[in-house]
Amino acid sequence: MQRLLSWIDDRFPLTKLWEDQWGKYVAPKNFNFWYYFGSLAAFVLVMQIVTGIFLAMSYKPDATKAFESIEYIMRDVSAGWLIRYMHSTGASAFFVVVYLHMFRGLLYGSYRKPRELLWIIGCFIYLALMAEAFFGYLLPWGQMSYWGAQVIVNLFSTVPFIGDDLGIWIRGDYTISDVTLNRFYAFHIVAVPLVLLILVAVHLMALHEVGSNNPDGIEIKKQPKDPKTGIYLDGIYSHPYYTIKDLVGVVFFLVIFSIVVFFMPDVGGYFLEANNFIPADPLKTPEHIAPVWYFTPYYAILRAVPSFLGSQFWGVLAMAASVVIFIFLPWLDRGAVKSIRYRGSLYKSWLAIFVVCFLVLGYLGTVPVTIWGQFTGGWADALDTKDRATWLARLLTLVYFLFFILMPWYTRRDKTKPVPERVTGW
Amino acid sequence: MVKIMVRFAGVVLLAAAGVALAQGEARLIPAPSMSGFERDASLQRGARNFANYCLNCHSAQYMRYNRLTDLGLTLAQIKDNLMFATDKIGGTMTVAMTTADATAWFGAPPPDLSVEARVRGKDWLYSYLLAFYRDDKTATGWNNLVFPNVAMPHALWTLSGQKKLVDIEYEDRDKAEAAAVAAKGLVLVEPAVGGKYFVKTLTEGTPGALTNVEYERFASDLVNYLDYISEPVKYDRINIGIVVLIFLGVLFALVYALKRDYWKELH
Repeated sequence: MQRLLSWIDDRFPLTKLWEDQWGKYVAPKNFNFWYYFGSLAAFVLVMQIVTGIFLAMSYKPDATKAFESIEYIMRDVSAGWLIRYMHSTGASAFFVVVYLHMFRGLLYGSYRKPRELLWIIGCFIYLALMAEAFFGYLLPWGQMSYWGAQVIVNLFSTVPFIGDDLGIWIRGDYTISDVTLNRFYAFHIVAVPLVLLILVAVHLMALHEVGSNNPDGIEIKKQPKDPKTGIYLDGIYSHPYYTIKDLVGVVFFLVIFSIVVFFMPDVGGYFLEANNFIPADPLKTPEHIAPVWYFTPYYAILRAVPSFLGSQFWGVLAMAASVVIFIFLPWLDRGAVKSIRYRGSLYKSWLAIFVVCFLVLGYLGTVPVTIWGQFTGGWADALDTKDRATWLARLLTLVYFLFFILMPWYTRRDKTKPVPERVTGW
Repeated sequence: MVKIMVRFAGVVLLAAAGVALAQGEARLIPAPSMSGFERDASLQRGARNFANYCLNCHSAQYMRYNRLTDLGLTLAQIKDNLMFATDKIGGTMTVAMTTADATAWFGAPPPDLSVEARVRGKDWLYSYLLAFYRDDKTATGWNNLVFPNVAMPHALWTLSGQKKLVDIEYEDRDKAEAAAVAAKGLVLVEPAVGGKYFVKTLTEGTPGALTNVEYERFASDLVNYLDYISEPVKYDRINIGIVVLIFLGVLFALVYALKRDYWKELH
């Protein structure tokens, strides 16, 4: 075994690659709960790829057969139901862990220098993930698949001048059709997963180059090395310590995941929507079209922005901006410290408000705008819409953007606490 | 044109009615729950009801006959008692009626019922089966409180008998809602002209071959069966899930102990 390894090492840097990327990678020893979600995201990615391969063996990307082939998988393929539920639950689980992973970044300033590029690559992974989820959601060819795709592609049709042509170019047809299904299938199972895998590899290489942040926001590489172990004072080797710790996280995740897969795969219509058990019907628009929960905050922002100069394009711009703005965090944050542990009340309050905005927008994106009724009274006649829910969504959209736009101001002004020399509370 | 305008007016009024009556939907009757002991018997009766009363117009084209062995039936029993539409035991539950014919006869093709329970839910299906009433104004002579103006005639009327609509008008929404809360069973509140509201309920008309209690059991067996065919693996899924969770629980304890052991040497 040793001889085989040295034979390979003479020809390919296998041992070096392992040691650089994980085996001898030194990480801070004080990772807490929030640091499980990176390895969990990688785990879910692998799970989605493996279950996806097996689904692709039985799925038919054909407008007349797609819906049927999923029922075939659910009923006649051995363990097909398990593979399908793992994949559908995995899609939502992916967003759960990625949102928590990103929130960790906000909590502990993980995007700050020297990790700006690491953060940006992560943002691109998030964008690729959204594309992957969108393309995949058309494949079951249910009513929600069909009309959800219709709505999203129509967003591109709002682009001035080239919009209509752009829509036709994306669909390959005048409506969502068999052609669209086939190309979305190609994107979902080949193109986007390739991009995702490459980006994840780059993300990990960048992480292992700059080193991990930690809940105290202390740069362990600035510490002296321990004469006994030869590594930074607050550092430990990833292997075996974080290998085994992340394994605990994975098993715990699997417990929660299994509860969903085996006992509530629909999650009350949030993971699998009831309307998606009706085959796609291009002639019948569902009364209420809503995207899956992980897109709803952005969908609420899209609906909140009023049309201007006879175009809906502003809503689309706002929605795009609300996602892309995360990329600029490293330069918007001017705080003296990284971690929320040593930040002042200003940043803490703004972060809390942002979380509330995100969650309430997420809720509003799942329900019709009429949910809370209309404003009554003469003054309401001057409004472009009387729906109460739309006005709340507008307010929350404004605050959502203020969190980012005002960040240079409130982070600099914040009264921060002194950061200790060594990591704490581990 | 008039029809569209009336419809539009209805939509606007419904929108104005606010949250409680937002969709103008009927208050449903919860489908009776089924214990594990009753399951096979109830599903077998449901399969019989489905094959005899539904499977002429409604297909279940993703459901195979031989899958019914899940319910404790033998292949011979399935063949002799439930297979009227095909002679292939591995075949799916299709019907001879074409979509074109169905559209011509009923105005809308009867939906395939394979996964209908996942679209509507058990409570909706159960209430729907109990919500038919005589209505001379419709083409079929039937109407439904849960699905107003549905194209489907009441296929089970010889069993259930014929119910009649009770339609009471109230001054405003508050009074209508109070009356709806006080009423028992299925209720539908609908806005009328001039800010008034109708509260619609059903009452007994001509009795059918079954008593009310018998018909309710007939309907609940049928709904249990529809729920089963919408996901035949459901009961296995839950049983496997319990085993998986026990396994993961033990694995978690072991992995956690291992982690503690490794991390003990750090300080």
